[in-house]
Amino acid sequence: MTVFLLLGLVAGGFLVLWRALRGPTPADRTVSVDILGVLMVGFCAVLTVHTGRDLYMIVGVAWSLLAFIGSLALAKYLEGMHYDA
Amino acid sequence: MLDLANPHHLLVALLMFAGLCFDVIGCVGLVRLPDVYNRLQAGTKCVTLGTFLILLGVILRYGLGAIGVKAVVCLFFVAVTSPTAAHAIARAAHRAGFGLWSGSVCDRYAEDGQGRRGPGSREVAP
Repeated sequence: MTVFLLLGLVAGGFLVLWRALRGPTPADRTVSVDILGVLMVGFCAVLTVHTGRDLYMIVGVAWSLLAFIGSLALAKYLEGMHYDA
Repeated sequence: MLDLANPHHLLVALLMFAGLCFDVIGCVGLVRLPDVYNRLQAGTKCVTLGTFLILLGVILRYGLGAIGVKAVVCLFFVAVTSPTAAHAIARAAHRAGFGLWSGSVCDRYAEDGQGRRGPGSREVAP
């Protein structure tokens, strides 16, 4: 059961990575990186139930905070881009 | 591991499966929608709710023990930080001049005098 959940989350992660590779503008890639972080927090939660150890939940907490900081940094970089020029 | 013969574990499995459905639908929306803002909308809302449901399943499975408290903290962080990051990305993209889809009907942020408008903003093909 949990193996099925893990495989589904990996499939969703590959869809997000496809958008990050293909994305026509830098904003699309930023959105994909942001969403991949939240998706991996869910992956860590399913891995916690799969193994029964609390190590993976700690990884999820750290990953959620680092993904937030990374998204803010990418958003500040995006704001100074002047894409249409 | 989850034992589906146990009704408690079956409820946990249903919650996590609902979360997986929201996650995968959000990822498909991220691939299929035409515009940066549409993709951000679909991806952020669906994936945040899906991860929320999966973490709720972890809390229901383990109670408020060593794992459950960490899951509560993680759920709080996801619920607070993910919409904030999405708002920051959307604001930055609009102010940097990333165009709307040609089928968009209105742009209230540009009408309010914020962001980029006029000939500077350009439309994108789907």
